[in-house]
Amino acid sequence: MSRLTQGVVLLLFGGAILRASVTDLYLRYVKEGLRPFLIATGVLLVAAAVMTIWYSFRDSAPEPDDHGHDDHGHGDHGPRVGWLMLLPVLGLLLVAPPALGSYAANQAGSVVAEPVGGSDYPPLPAGDPIELSLIDYASRTLFDEGRSLQGRELTLTGFITTAPDGAPMLARIVLSCCAADGRPIKIGLDGQAPIDVPADTWVEVTGGHSARTAKDPVNNVDVAYFEVRSWREVPEPKQPYG
Amino acid sequence: MPPSSLDTPTPQRAPERPIGSLEVLAVVLVLLVVFRGPLSDLVSGPALQTWTTVFVSVLVQAAPFLAFGVALSAVIAVFVPRSFWSRALPSHPALAVPAAGLAGVVLPGCECGSVPIAGSLMRRGVTPAAALAFLLAAPGINPIVLTATVVAFPGRPEMAVARGLAGLVVAVLMGWLWLRLGRTEWIRLPHRPELDDLRKWPAFWAACRHDVLHAGGFLVIGAAAAATINVVVPEAWLTSLAGNAVLSVLALAVLAVLLSLCSEADAFVAASLSQFSLTSRLVFLVVGPMVDLKLISMQTGVFGRRFASRFAPATFVVAVLVGTAFGTVLL
Repeated sequence: MSRLTQGVVLLLFGGAILRASVTDLYLRYVKEGLRPFLIATGVLLVAAAVMTIWYSFRDSAPEPDDHGHDDHGHGDHGPRVGWLMLLPVLGLLLVAPPALGSYAANQAGSVVAEPVGGSDYPPLPAGDPIELSLIDYASRTLFDEGRSLQGRELTLTGFITTAPDGAPMLARIVLSCCAADGRPIKIGLDGQAPIDVPADTWVEVTGGHSARTAKDPVNNVDVAYFEVRSWREVPEPKQPYG
Repeated sequence: MPPSSLDTPTPQRAPERPIGSLEVLAVVLVLLVVFRGPLSDLVSGPALQTWTTVFVSVLVQAAPFLAFGVALSAVIAVFVPRSFWSRALPSHPALAVPAAGLAGVVLPGCECGSVPIAGSLMRRGVTPAAALAFLLAAPGINPIVLTATVVAFPGRPEMAVARGLAGLVVAVLMGWLWLRLGRTEWIRLPHRPELDDLRKWPAFWAACRHDVLHAGGFLVIGAAAAATINVVVPEAWLTSLAGNAVLSVLALAVLAVLLSLCSEADAFVAASLSQFSLTSRLVFLVVGPMVDLKLISMQTGVFGRRFASRFAPATFVVAVLVGTAFGTVLL
């Protein structure tokens, strides 16, 4: 790889990171909080690329060491490996894979909805119906026996995934850092559950608390159920992870 | 202003190399854009799509840490004088090892950044044993990672304490082990002519450019391996191993190597592996930041294959033993 080529590859990689972080594309892969660091990274990479390209035009005298140093010297671990940096560029600029969905949700066991802040569940805010996150619903159901949910009209948003027994479940992937550590939170659906909806369809279900729980066969973690009264299809949210 | 001696005309040089890397790059890019549709179709199956998502996200997540590590290592390589390290670290290597390990506490980052930094430290005359202790300690015991561990295990702060202590002990033991058994010739730092540049800023940017492409290329290999494991190994296999005390420790130690999680995220994954004992989950947290597929790949690139093939297995064994010991005593 000549110095100029290295500069162009850097520019592509930095540009891909910058583009993903100024649009909402990055939200498919990492958490929102990483955005400023991604922008700083993109700027640093583009700066390194611009300086590299500038130096390579400025010192455009023949540079035998630059090519020789790629092709011999450190054999198979030379910067030739830098060609691989085109793969993430390809992934981010051309393919832009979607956020994790039902395939990943079936592959892993549901997260443990740990009791947030001890066992103290504040009452839900006023409003009918009230929008709740899947993890909050599961946590209140499993660790507080749904006391704060009784008699309330609730809505949950997630995508449809199919349980091993064929029943539809509502799921959302929870990230702690990036999609590689994404774990599903799954909620079983009772009542007027959406049937014959293809997996990965985003739905908003409205209904109430169900006392039924079951075990996720993948890791034996308790799974909460939700009593569905109505549901509708919704577009994938901007922030696909819960 | 560029010196006039550099104003050699270039056009005469062109016919000598009709096909250079720049032309190859141009052709590759044109092909990629032309075949963009078929390429996207190729990855539309659910398994392959999940693979691509995980692969891209590992790299996006690692990019800031890689850039931070590369920039810091370029600063070390170019701006920090050699004499600084002989003053900052104890002159006796056996004492320099724990000092360097403790210095890892202040580097807020994960493992992708620490490999180029350790390479840079060695290049600047820091004794390899101390640089290796830093390499192992920094990703596992810095405040961000320990805070994440406290958050992931609510009500169990001893998990973070055990993690920090066990990580530091493994790093120092490995540093001392290197002093006793390690051979300098196993480490083959690549020849870096651009660092001899007397002008500071060109040398700084050259070091950044080289390290991003070099460490980043190996990171791509590691990310691909981790994405494959993520898609191919269903978690249900693990559940059957959780009952046995010895098997569960080994299973999670191997899983830590294969998954190659960022050290800032691994505590949350460990928390969700609730069918496993706390000791085996501690081993997962101790092994992960020190030995994993992307680290092995990056170490091979930065220090050479002879080094990585000895260092990674030794670290794995020491980390499993120390992690189990701390888990038995503290948890």
